[in-house]
Amino acid sequence: MARSMNARRTRFLAENPSVLWFLAGLSCFVIAVTVLAEGSGVSILSTSMVKVLGMTLCLCLVAVAMDVVWGYCGILSLGHFAFFGLGGYAIGMWLMYARTQGIIVESLSQALIPPTPTEIKDAIATQIFGVVGSNELPLIWGFADSLTLQLLMVVLVPGLLALVFGWLAFRSRVTGVYLSILTQAMTLALSLYLFQNDTGLRGNNGLSGLQNIPGLEAWPQSTLALWFFWASALALGVGYVLFAWLVSGKFGSVIRAVRDNEARVRFLGYHVESYKLVVFTLTAVVSALAGALYYPQAGIINPAEIAPIASIYLAVWVAIGGRGRLYGAVIGAAVVSLASSWFTGGGAPDIELGFYRINWTDWWLVLLGFGFVAVTLFFPRGIGGLFDYLVRKS
Amino acid sequence: MTALLEVSGVSVTFDGFRAINNLSISIAEPELRAVIGPNGAGKTTFMDIVTGKTRPDKGKVLWGERSVSLLGMSESEIARVGIGRKFQKPTVFEEQSVGDNLAMALRNRREPFRVLFYRRSDADTARIREIAEEIGLADDLPRRAGDLSHGQKQWLEIGMLLAQDPRLLLVDEPAAGMTPAEREHTTDILKRAARTRAVVVIEHDMEFVRRLDCRVTVLHEGSVLAEGSLDHVTQNQQVIDVYLGR
Repeated sequence: MARSMNARRTRFLAENPSVLWFLAGLSCFVIAVTVLAEGSGVSILSTSMVKVLGMTLCLCLVAVAMDVVWGYCGILSLGHFAFFGLGGYAIGMWLMYARTQGIIVESLSQALIPPTPTEIKDAIATQIFGVVGSNELPLIWGFADSLTLQLLMVVLVPGLLALVFGWLAFRSRVTGVYLSILTQAMTLALSLYLFQNDTGLRGNNGLSGLQNIPGLEAWPQSTLALWFFWASALALGVGYVLFAWLVSGKFGSVIRAVRDNEARVRFLGYHVESYKLVVFTLTAVVSALAGALYYPQAGIINPAEIAPIASIYLAVWVAIGGRGRLYGAVIGAAVVSLASSWFTGGGAPDIELGFYRINWTDWWLVLLGFGFVAVTLFFPRGIGGLFDYLVRKS
Repeated sequence: MTALLEVSGVSVTFDGFRAINNLSISIAEPELRAVIGPNGAGKTTFMDIVTGKTRPDKGKVLWGERSVSLLGMSESEIARVGIGRKFQKPTVFEEQSVGDNLAMALRNRREPFRVLFYRRSDADTARIREIAEEIGLADDLPRRAGDLSHGQKQWLEIGMLLAQDPRLLLVDEPAAGMTPAEREHTTDILKRAARTRAVVVIEHDMEFVRRLDCRVTVLHEGSVLAEGSLDHVTQNQQVIDVYLGR
């Protein structure tokens, strides 16, 4: 048994050399960042830079999930960033609650009469929700004091939303552009809902202070950043191998067939809707996990993160990186999101034309738009498609 | 010989156009049957109804010994009870290899999680090879299906049908666009398949039907005009008027 498992594993890797190359590349990247990071003493990479890189790895993981649902299964979901955001909110609730609890318990410990649990709870509620004019803990924060339960929420809330939404949409055989519009509508509705002050998630203030991990107050941010970076890399590695395995076997064969000719797959006796639902829900859950790793590094989450445009960007990353190849999604997400933070963060020098000054903060989107059009027209296989030429040459 | 498929009194209207009008056909097992008729006679619509793509306005479609109605079933359920279909235009999965196309069609469990943990058994590999030999694609298993010639794609699709191991094969114009040699091969495959199962072939080409040498049903304006041997139906005056006499 053990030997056959080993043989299988070897065969999977032998048939998918790109997985090995990817893991090797990821490991080198992790080692390089670790050695150069502030947290390990060399300080060539600042803590904020390590955080940006860790967050980029999380974005790469969502992009891989997006590639599976769109590039392999043909469902152009423009809503996977909503699942990413929900994952962030779910973990953010615990981070914010536990930290506020810590601060309040400490400050009240000086009081002459020890506070009752109700008083502590009320103080936490006032502290967190005072900003939206409330002093009561909403019902949905019922599990917020437990990390385990809230981690479960990271998986369950986006997972159930994807399951119900997907079941309704696929059962009615909504496909193509109509499905894309439907997922956008879902994302927009969710984002608008979260902007309300009375939804129990602090409206447009969102959740903040997420970079402070309760129980680890003694750890400097530079160390925390490195740990989150490692966790993100591990998540990306595991997620990548999981999805590579998923799309490599007969299951992958069936979902690619669904992408290319859904009706024909039905006449082969496959229940197409179940396959779509499995892929949609699984990728939604992975997106949520990526979000749960991303937002503690970002430090803040607010409804603007879930705005419909974010999910469209996700599709753009995958298209630029190259659909239907997982490493393409990773390349696309990494290149575009890093370029985006370089251009919009003032990293790129302005260009003086004499009569006009090109300010990249404003012009980056135009550049991205041109890049997207150029890739679609001239490199339909995306950046990842360049590897095809390398492989053919060797 | 009991009926495997029993279509009775079926009618379908598309936007006021009667595509199928009180059609009744009975197919036995095993049997080879050719369905001919002029354009718009309802041949393809008949297949659409049997495979669940189109719902009839009235009538019955019964299947098997226990006479189960097919009308309430989805396309995939109908495929799983044992009805396979080959489309007029060859529809194989062009991006995938010939072997993967056949593997997908093989009669195995179809549930997503079963498929996820599926490992190709030696029996499956042998079966794929056997079918590939039957359809003359044994050397092309690793090839991309999209790179096959038109005739080879038609065969691959027939091979996928055989891999499904259905009790009833519905084959829409299998010889379209084939060379005479390829046609002959196709006839052989279909005749061999019909020894153990029911095969219904829709065809325009009389020469091809003659070579199939089987019972023929002539459709016209959505109902059966004549049925019997090819010689019998070609002597029928009505058939000559509507179809052959044109």
